[in-house]
Amino acid sequence: MSTTYDPYAGSRQTTEGRVYTVTGGDWDLTFADPHGEERLVVNMGPQHPSTHGVLRLVLDLEGETVTKARVVIGYLHTGIEKNTEYRNWVQGTTFVTRMDYLSPLFNEAGYCLAVEKLLGIEAPQRAQTIRVLVMELNRIASHLVALATFGMEMGALTGMTNGFREREMVLDVLEEITGLRMNHAYIRPGGLAQDLPEGAVDSVRELLKMLPKRVADFHRLLTGQPIWQNRLKDSGYLDVTGCVALGVTGPVLRAAGLPWDLRKVEPYLGYETYDFEVPTADTSDAWGRYLVRMAEVNESLKIVAQALDRLEPGPVMVDDKKIAWPAQLSLGADGMGNSLDHVRHIMGQSMEALIHHFKLVTEGFRVPAGQVYVPIESPRGELGYHVVSDGSTRPWRVHVRDPSFVNLQATAAMSEGGMIADVIAAIASIDPVMGGVDR
Amino acid sequence: MSDGEVVPGREEAGFDDATAPAGGFRKGAFGVSGSGDTSGFGGLVRVEPGGAVALHSTERPYGGWFDEVTDALIDAVGRATYDAAVQRVLVDRGEITYFVAREHLLVLAQALRDDEALRFELCSSVSGVDYLDSGGPAVAPNRPRLHVVLHLTSMTYRRRIRLEVAVTAEDPHVPSVTGIYPTADWHERETFDMFGIVFDGHPSLTRILMPDDWDGHPQRKDYPLGGVPVEYHGATIPPPDTRRAYR
Repeated sequence: MSTTYDPYAGSRQTTEGRVYTVTGGDWDLTFADPHGEERLVVNMGPQHPSTHGVLRLVLDLEGETVTKARVVIGYLHTGIEKNTEYRNWVQGTTFVTRMDYLSPLFNEAGYCLAVEKLLGIEAPQRAQTIRVLVMELNRIASHLVALATFGMEMGALTGMTNGFREREMVLDVLEEITGLRMNHAYIRPGGLAQDLPEGAVDSVRELLKMLPKRVADFHRLLTGQPIWQNRLKDSGYLDVTGCVALGVTGPVLRAAGLPWDLRKVEPYLGYETYDFEVPTADTSDAWGRYLVRMAEVNESLKIVAQALDRLEPGPVMVDDKKIAWPAQLSLGADGMGNSLDHVRHIMGQSMEALIHHFKLVTEGFRVPAGQVYVPIESPRGELGYHVVSDGSTRPWRVHVRDPSFVNLQATAAMSEGGMIADVIAAIASIDPVMGGVDR
Repeated sequence: MSDGEVVPGREEAGFDDATAPAGGFRKGAFGVSGSGDTSGFGGLVRVEPGGAVALHSTERPYGGWFDEVTDALIDAVGRATYDAAVQRVLVDRGEITYFVAREHLLVLAQALRDDEALRFELCSSVSGVDYLDSGGPAVAPNRPRLHVVLHLTSMTYRRRIRLEVAVTAEDPHVPSVTGIYPTADWHERETFDMFGIVFDGHPSLTRILMPDDWDGHPQRKDYPLGGVPVEYHGATIPPPDTRRAYR
């Protein structure tokens, strides 16, 4: 019992026994444990470096064993789904890209595929190929962050610095293509905001030459290391039955042995024509998930190379002028903006073009009433867009089935009965992104 | 035209008040609401192509594997239960939707998961949609405006179906499918949080994204978006939900 009175950390009697609130200081002075009760309730987060953002865990501990793990989310809720209902269909892209901020291009692609399905249109071939290209680059960047934070949380800090360094190279290329490192709003309903800029193909090829070496370095740094192996093996165990019951998809499910990858089983954007493997593991633990992500980086590199080879010149936006964004965007020295040619055209040459531009930009296009559900394979699993239209210029409802949100439910199943240190391994191996969880 | 007036042509369209969404109706020629549409076409009411009428329902055969799944479902639960449970079926844009009466939701879900010919093992998503007035006829009280939408995935057969349950805002109770699909736990908590739909039988139906003591359910259509006007270079831009809207 506390020897000195502390207004912030006293003890009080409750129906469940005496409850102590501990805020710091010497353990022996604070807590003498007269009853032999070992149960401790520890709040981990919301501000905790190993909880991947603002995630709060309430852990019941017996010694170092976790008897109960409760996950509290919602600290990053920004109401993106509601906000999209007050903007037109094109503006929706800029909102959804901010949800899962490590895979923005997947959010954009899922949303745009849903809108296109509602409209009954398909993006031109070149746009589809570029979508695949940037999405796979994004998958590499996302997996590199997953591996980097995995390293950091397990105490391998060099893994973090290396992972973030490599990821920044990928982001540089994405910045060259889209104008922004993150939150690109590059994929738009009907196609893309703009074509690949000059020199982008060369930058991607440069990246493709360098990344395999860096992945090999990652393997040399971590994979063979006994501490790393001991730390990950058998922690965060969840088998296929548990995964399917809890709705877990993505690398976690594939590490349990089920090769369920929507790019293969329900192909979209022509993924069936690309040659790549679906890496799996049979360990169902954090170690398997680590290996699956490492292997997926290599598979994504293969897809990027194939996408580069099949790039044919052509439009990157549908022909329909009632849908296609009227401004021809171009990348200037200060970022992306309206092309000067277009501004000259609407301001000086054609009144009709100005009206058309104005109507499409302020009012937007209408989408026939109906609802669709479009799932795509994001780096974290099934990213589903349930989009409802009532026939107007704004979405009636956009619901996002975010894989992080669903996968995070598995935390309790993965960590109860294990050690508290393995909770970190379990959550790191799920790789949740709180922006996507809370939306 | 003021809200609450009977829309001509509504009966002919075979509009099903009980479960149909209110979408698909347009007022005026330019989709303007709230401010003066001086075009002289402000009273015009149009049914959008592909709107509520097309959303009504689909007759057999549905085409593709939709008939296979429907037959297997009828075999699994029995004709009588199926007829009582499934109010209508809609095939639209290559997706099939079963509109289900809430009393029979669990029977259907159990059969969909366990029957060998169905095997919808994965509940991909549970979400809510509030079909309050969407620019069409005014919504009467006790109209089932809150919809729960379940997306089920068969990993065995690689198929997806959608179940939709409609309830009123006055009696927003739907049985929880967490006993069949444990993954629905957080989905249902989110739908409760955002729409106030109560999932009976859920182990711990609490708020998940909003704070515990929050009032109201933010994604209902009668819940305002909020926001403040922003002044920029002397001009004031109103918050998004009070701006002039083209519906």
